[in-house]
Amino acid sequence: MSKFKKKKKGLPAISTASLPDIVFMLLFFFMVSTTMRETDLLIKKPVLPTASEVKKLEHKSLVSTIYVGKSKDTRISGDKIQVNDKIIDVNDIPNFIFAERALRKEEEVKFMTTSIKADKEANVGTILDIKEQLRDINALKVSFSTTKGNNIKSNY
Amino acid sequence: MARRENSEINAGSMADIAFLLLIFFLVTTTMDVDSGIARKLPEKSEDTPEVTIKEKNVLDIVVNRNNQLLVENEYVQVADIRRLAMEFIDNGGGLSAPKDDQPGKPCDYCNGAKDPESSDHPTKAIISLQSDRGTTYGMYVSIQNEIEAAYNELRNKLSLQKYKRRYDDLLKDYKDNPTENLKVKIDFLKDSYPQIITEPEPIK
Repeated sequence: MSKFKKKKKGLPAISTASLPDIVFMLLFFFMVSTTMRETDLLIKKPVLPTASEVKKLEHKSLVSTIYVGKSKDTRISGDKIQVNDKIIDVNDIPNFIFAERALRKEEEVKFMTTSIKADKEANVGTILDIKEQLRDINALKVSFSTTKGNNIKSNY
Repeated sequence: MARRENSEINAGSMADIAFLLLIFFLVTTTMDVDSGIARKLPEKSEDTPEVTIKEKNVLDIVVNRNNQLLVENEYVQVADIRRLAMEFIDNGGGLSAPKDDQPGKPCDYCNGAKDPESSDHPTKAIISLQSDRGTTYGMYVSIQNEIEAAYNELRNKLSLQKYKRRYDDLLKDYKDNPTENLKVKIDFLKDSYPQIITEPEPIK
């Protein structure tokens, strides 16, 4: 009789050894795909000029960034200015700076820096207009964002 | 019939591989730091006092919409600006501006040609950068960079002479460990070669 008696086979335990690996995989996926950018660019990504005498921008929380570049639509010519998530006119820059100032503590306002990230093909006229607007409202600390390098010839 | 054992794959080394990858990404990931040329804009004031500045104390740099450069009415290349600016700032042909009832002094740290036709003193030397609205931004930044480089190089030279250290190193030390002693040195170098850059209205 024992011949027909089926041997009771238990279900083999599922190995949990691979569980940490799955978790790690997820971790990697997020590590690779995460970018530390706060704003989505509505203009073409500016190609920053190269400069050798650069200073690092301290206190990231006190930096407001202005992007200058060409529109994504090739039919539209001229330089476009973007702050946060919208394209604005030069005359709206003071409003943007005031809004940025309102978010900071009062004693920090004088340490605020405006970083201009402009494409190297942009016109100086646009940049000078921005500078004039910043001067008007006493936002005097400006940084022209560049990549560090010695090949200055690539700028023009 | 040989019964095959339901053998498990050894997963013990998986964790090691995962860690290896983790460490690799930790080491290679850079959070891109925003860096650039720092500039302080001039304050806007209602009443600007009239000041007379001698022609020889101003280095005129003009750039047109075709990215061509004129320095003191001579056609030059971007690479020449650093040398020209250094020669101009470091000339020391005359006296400094009188300060607090003290008469002007000749520049005792300048290594320039002492040409009476060029700038009097580093504290009087003004660099004027006039650009056209159509100049490209890349060109503009390059010129700003060269001017900055000229000042930095002069400060480096003076710093090596006086403190046997480079100016950049002093700045780096100051950032790590701000002491009063270092601040005095840095301020002295900055005052010896102050950056006086003016940007007149652009050419329309």
